[in-house]
Order: sequence, then structure tokens, then C-alpha cells
Amino acid sequence: MASFTLSINNQSHTVDVDPQMPLLWVIRDFVGLTGTKFGCGMALCGACTVHLDGNPIRSCSTPISVVQSGQKITTIEGISTNTDHPVQLAWIEEQVPQCGYCQSGQIMSAVALLKSNPNPTDDDIDAAMSGNICRCGTYPRIRKAIKRAAKQAQDKSGQTTPVQKTSYK
Amino acid sequence: MDTLTVDTSRRQFLKLTGLLAIGFSLPGQANSVLNKVEPVAAELELTPFILLTKEGKITIFNTSPDMGQGTWQSVPSLLAEELEVSLTDVEIRQTAGLAKHRMQFSGGSSSIRAQWEPLRKAGAAAREMLTQAAANTWKVPVSECYAKEGKIYHKPSNKSLSYGELVEQASKLEVPKEPKLKDPKDFKILGKVLPRPDVPSKTNGTALFGLDAKVPGMLYASIQRCPVIHGKVVSVDDAETKKIPGVKKVLRAERKMPHKTVETVAVLAENYWAALQGRKALKIQWDNTGYDKISTDNYYAKLRQAAKEPGNELKGKKGDVDKALATASKKLEAQYETPFAAHAMIEPENAIAWVQGDKVEIWAPNQSPDWLIGQASEYLKIPKDNVKVNTYFMGGSFGRKAYFDFIMEAINLSKQANAPVKVIWTREDDITQGPYRPGMLDALRGGLDANGKVIAFEHKVIGESIQGQTNKKDFSQTADDWMHEVISEEDSPYAIPNRREATKVISTDIPIVWWRSVYSSTNAFGHECFVDELAHAAKKDPLVFRQEMLHEAPRFVNVLNYLAEKAQYKLKPTSNQAMGIAIARSFGSIAAYAITVSKAGKGIKINKIVGVIDLGMTVNPDNVKAQTEGNVVMGLSAALKPGITFKNGQCEQTNYHQYSVLRMNEVPPIEIHVMPSTEKPSGAGEPGLPPVAPALCNAIFNLTGKRIRKLPFDMDMI
Repeated sequence: MASFTLSINNQSHTVDVDPQMPLLWVIRDFVGLTGTKFGCGMALCGACTVHLDGNPIRSCSTPISVVQSGQKITTIEGISTNTDHPVQLAWIEEQVPQCGYCQSGQIMSAVALLKSNPNPTDDDIDAAMSGNICRCGTYPRIRKAIKRAAKQAQDKSGQTTPVQKTSYK
Repeated sequence: MDTLTVDTSRRQFLKLTGLLAIGFSLPGQANSVLNKVEPVAAELELTPFILLTKEGKITIFNTSPDMGQGTWQSVPSLLAEELEVSLTDVEIRQTAGLAKHRMQFSGGSSSIRAQWEPLRKAGAAAREMLTQAAANTWKVPVSECYAKEGKIYHKPSNKSLSYGELVEQASKLEVPKEPKLKDPKDFKILGKVLPRPDVPSKTNGTALFGLDAKVPGMLYASIQRCPVIHGKVVSVDDAETKKIPGVKKVLRAERKMPHKTVETVAVLAENYWAALQGRKALKIQWDNTGYDKISTDNYYAKLRQAAKEPGNELKGKKGDVDKALATASKKLEAQYETPFAAHAMIEPENAIAWVQGDKVEIWAPNQSPDWLIGQASEYLKIPKDNVKVNTYFMGGSFGRKAYFDFIMEAINLSKQANAPVKVIWTREDDITQGPYRPGMLDALRGGLDANGKVIAFEHKVIGESIQGQTNKKDFSQTADDWMHEVISEEDSPYAIPNRREATKVISTDIPIVWWRSVYSSTNAFGHECFVDELAHAAKKDPLVFRQEMLHEAPRFVNVLNYLAEKAQYKLKPTSNQAMGIAIARSFGSIAAYAITVSKAGKGIKINKIVGVIDLGMTVNPDNVKAQTEGNVVMGLSAALKPGITFKNGQCEQTNYHQYSVLRMNEVPPIEIHVMPSTEKPSGAGEPGLPPVAPALCNAIFNLTGKRIRKLPFDMDMI
């Protein structure tokens, strides 16, 4: 056991745990933030995706001891205070989630993608999102939502695009 | 699950004015999932599905747990439509399995088709009681009063009273037996594209899934089951396990499945990681005798042997297939094989149970709280009233979470540990332990006359029986009536004078269960590919061939015509491209796809998938599209990604690297069209899956001349 002080969503948390414990279980069971999900334990499905200094990582396969002091962890609970991050709004407008379980991870991957690449192509979306499995099969809507979020983020004039009536072209 | 009656004339509830509702955990709400029994504003029950307070708060129950199929919206919408309230103005609660809420089950694509009328009646009854209460208050004829947006209005004077103001009086009235349902043309909710109320909570981490449930003082359990399925525990050395900080107990336990109960070893700890580390440190000696020969290869060999036998006939035989085949000018015979498949929903099996004396409380993702109460009471031999169930959002399920082995594990451990226990399966547990969709073999025979008309058609379904395993039913002498899906004449109304459907059950110890669309997903592959084989043998376009044979089934023809129009159907759109189609009816709904494929390098690429689904009236057509898109993705995974295989008693796949499913970069463009309809609603969650694989394989045949008769297959290796 060892003591670790973590910055999660700009709040400081001190936990006394096994240094090998994956960040996922520290976040869920010790810090009490349950938006980050367990899916595979092998970094295969992406349900546990969080940001470490803005970069997406698989928290199920990241021992707490590799997090350096001063590094900032962001979870789904920390990307906005009012569910108003452009990616969240796009997810709602496209009615992306079905069961919703993988969506925290999907959104964290999408937020990171758009931060580094504000106008991603389909290939960029494939590359950034293929580590996140959605067993319900919401991939087509995830793709549309990412494009919508990209468009809205660029549209600085502030007008929100109306809810799309799912016309498939 | 086609019939459901809701007794709206529940006299006893009228006397329960001031009934206190027991608060329980709600998916998507509140952080505490404690068994909180706190007084809330007095909630008056107009029907068991609708609660009102004098302050105007409206609560509507969802009876069908949500696994992603959208029942959190669709079921309450049935009530809200008739009650004349918007879903945004009500609180939605999941029922807890109590008898007064009748069927509480998600499965068989039944939620809306079974409850379309009963729940609308419940909503309409409440509306009529409130209207009558207003008329009584104003001393005006009830015909002058109407409901709108949570109020009753008096038409001539335009005065109004809110539901809250009326509820006490309304609750004293007789519940109308035959309330008048709204005319569908007046619907404000049903059939409209409206946002799902659960979606925001699924974008910000607040939606509560089973995995998120917590009970103070609970221990976390990770359970070691024999790698050879059904093996027995001989001895356990837990010395290393007990050295791990946080480990509290090591217990011999059991996994109760419907067909078998197996011995397990559980590690209970203060946190999940410690339990998992403790489990890995166990040294267990297993006795695998009798189970180490289980293999899917052996199983399929038996199926192929059984295919030579006639099987037990399903209902609906027509004419004489053998006789007709003897006269046919062309005879075709083929066998189609489908693999065992894991549900592999991303939220693994998990449950909390707390057994206290002769009572148990359960917090778990599950498809049916009332089934769960029944099974838990049976398992513990306690009355049903002593079982309390808290149902959470399911992080996917596809049938898996209506099989309660993982919940019984938590019950067993809680009883032994005398503490609340949370069981969490690993992904490896989920993939290697089952239950699975059964691997099946479909044997087909068909005959054409000299004019290319189909005169004989036989479809034999061979494999393990889900009812046999889950309900111990014996099908040695009779047909398994669950296996009729997609292939019976009702589901497959091809006009063929001689037809025969039969089943041959071959048992296996590999645990099996329903998997999204059940036998429809396997039956449709052979059935619709073989129809295509007959079309080519008759030298007819597969679309025209089907249209001709379905001439007495107008809804099928309409779906095909609509599909042909939307997909701009052409057998060979270009020299390098081809289209394939398939149509299947399951759970009362008809779905069809046109899939376009082209050559890409050494293999095949899917260019586009266009689908049409006819399920009658819908609650939310956009959600039907979403379900159908999801079915396309899941159907492609089942066709193209590895199945589950067993060798020497062990599952050969362990996690998503071996049991892979479609990822973002592998999903082709998908375009779904929902057939406008005024017919009664039928299933939405599953019917989109069965025709996916046959449409794809029919397209590949049209492009390459290669007929694929075994799933899964690799598109790069054709």
C-alpha cells in the first residue's frame, strides 16, 4: 500500500492503495466517480477512457503508480459542469447512446480527438475512435455527432444547429 | 409474450388514498442507492402505473428495464400519451417486480407490442378519472371537459384545474373498465421523433448502471470458476490469497445455471482490485472428469450426423415434400452453419445481494425484476414478498441479463458472508463461461419444376434447445417450437405447395441461452440464402423471385418494393459491384436489407447497407432506426467476427482481442427506412438482425459466384 495524491477534475484526492491498482478502480471505488466504466481490463474496449493531461488513456490498464505528481486526470464528470460540452450537446442532438455504458469512454476519446484535430476526416475519426467498442452499434451516430461537434465548435457565431431529424443521405 | 392484461379496475387502490411510495434507486438519478425508505409527498395511485401528488408531481412507471432498446422512453410514453402529459413533465421510475405491475420483462421484442393497449388503457383510465373529478367539482357535464398538458379544462368557460388539484377526488372514483383510447391521429407523443429522456445522463456519467450500485459495508467478490466448463473443485490453497491486503474471505461457492450447478471459489475483499488479485493467487485443483472432452467440433459433427434424420415436424406442414422432390426437375440441397456467439455486452455481469435472515435485497442490472423475484425466492426458499429488487440501467444485455446465474452467485455469497456482496465478472469470465447463442446447423432441400417454380421446400433446424436447457423441456419426440422463428409459413409466407419445417435437438453441456433475436438470427441465414440459391437455379432475379412467391403477403411485397426503391436495386450496379437482398419476419416485424459489395484487393468490401423495417406503428421512429442500425452492426459482427469455440472443455476465446466485434473503422454506411404504417405495433429490438448475414452472403454470391454456407467468414479471404 502507498499514498497517492491525484488531481481529478481539478480536485485533489489522496488515496492509500496498492501501487499496482489500475487508475480505473481508484477513480470508481476510492474517489467515487462512477461515470468511468469497466469493460475488459485489457485496454481493448475503451470504456474506461479518461484524460491524463488531456490525452486519452485506458484507465483499466494504467497502474496508479505511473501517474506523476502534478499530472491532471479528467473524467467524464469533469468535461463540463452543465452537460454543455460541444461533444455532449452533439451526442444529445444525434441521440447517440443506446445502453449508454460505453459512451463515457467514447465521449472522452472524441473530446481528445477534437482538441488535437478540430476538423477530423472520416479516416481521422476511424483512427481516433476504433479503440472504443460499442456493442449496441452506435458507431454511425458517433461519427455524425463528432462531425456536428466539430462544426459547432467552429461556428463561433454561437447559433446552435437545430436537432437533426435524422435524414440519412 | 403476446398477451398482457392490465387490470384497470383495481377497486382496492381507490381506498389507498395517502399511500406512501417507497423510494428506491432510480437509474440516472441520485447517487445514493441505499435502501432508502423516506417519506415523500403523498403519492396517490390512480392506476398502479401512475402516481400523482397534490402538489402536482407526476410519476410514471417503466415496466421494461432498459438495456439500450429505449424502453425508458417508449413504455412511459404509452401512459403519458393517454394521460395528456409530456414526458419532460414527469418522473420516470423503474418498477420493482411487484405483482401489481404485471409483466415486467424486456425480451422477445415484446415491450411495446404487448403493452401498447394495456398501458394506454391505464393512462386513459387515469385521464377519465381526472376529467370526471373536474366535472364533479364544477358540476358540469363531463362531456364539456377535456384533458390537456396536465390540466382538465372546461370547454365553455375555459376554466381549468391541474391534475394535482384533482387527484384526491379522482382517486376516489371507480376506475373505468373500458376507457376511450385516443385516435392515433391525435397522438402528440406516439409516432413522433422526440429526444429520449435518459440520453443526457448517458453523456455526463450520471446514468446509474448495475456496476455503479453501492451498499455500505459491501464486500467485492471475484469468483474463480473451473476453466474446463462444469469441472469440480478438489482442493483450494488460499495461503497466498489471504496475504493480499484487503482480502476478507475465501469461500467455496456455486454458480447456479438452469441446467447445472457448478462449484466455484470466491474471494471477497474490501475492494474489487484486491478481490481480483486474491483470486489470481488461488491455487485450485480441479476435477475435470467427464467435461474435458467437450468441444464444439464434436458438437458440430453430431449435428451433421443428425442432419441425415428427418427430425420432428413443426406445425404447418403443407403437401408432401418428398413426393414433390421426386418429381422436381431441379433439386437443391444445402447445409448452413452458424457459430456459438457471446453477448459480450460491455457492462459485464454484476450484482449486489444482501441476505438478512429470510429476506434478500438485490441491486442488479436485469431484464426482468419479476422473474428475478421468482428465481431468488425459489433459490432461497423464501416467500416472494421477502425479495426486494432494485433494477438499474443495463450496460447492454442482448438476452444475457435475463439469465440470473450471476445474481444467484451474489445471493449465495451474501448468505455465507452475512454481508452485502457485490459480484463483478471479468471480461474473461463473460466470454469463457457463457451462456451463448447456440451453434446451429440448418439443412435445406428444395425443388423446382420445369418452369422454375418452387414446388418443395424443407428447412430442418439442428442444434441445442434453449428451452431444453433453461426449462428442462424434452424434445426427443416433438419439435422445439421456439425454432420456428423466421422459417414458419407465418414468418416466411413464400407460396410453396409442399413445405416442411422440422427440428432436431442435439444437446450439449455448453451453456446456451437467448441472444438478440434468438433462433431468428441463425435460422434466417440458411433460409434466405437458400431462397437465393433457388432463385439462381430458376435463373430469376432474386428480388423478382421473392416478389412472385410472396404475392399473397402484401406487407412483405411492400417492404421489398420500398427497399428496391430506396436502394435503387440492381443485381449488378457495375461490373465490380453487386447487390444482395434478404427479408425476414421475426417478433412480428418484417425487415429487409439490400447490401452492396465490391471487390477490394484479395477480398470483398461492403459499400453500403440499405434497410427497411415494417413494425406497424412506432413510439419513436428515430429509436427504431437506432435499433435497426445497431442490429446491422451486431449482425455483421456475428457474420464476420470469430464465434465461440470449445476445445478440451475450455472456451478458446477470452477477451475482445479473440472474441472481436465490429469497430468504428469497420462499419459501412448504413441507411435505415422505417415503413410508415397504421398497423398494430410489433417488435423493434431484434427483427433488424436476422436478414443481415444472408443479405451480405447473397451479395457476395452475386459478385463472385461463391456461396458462403458457414459463418463466420473472413471478407479478406473470399
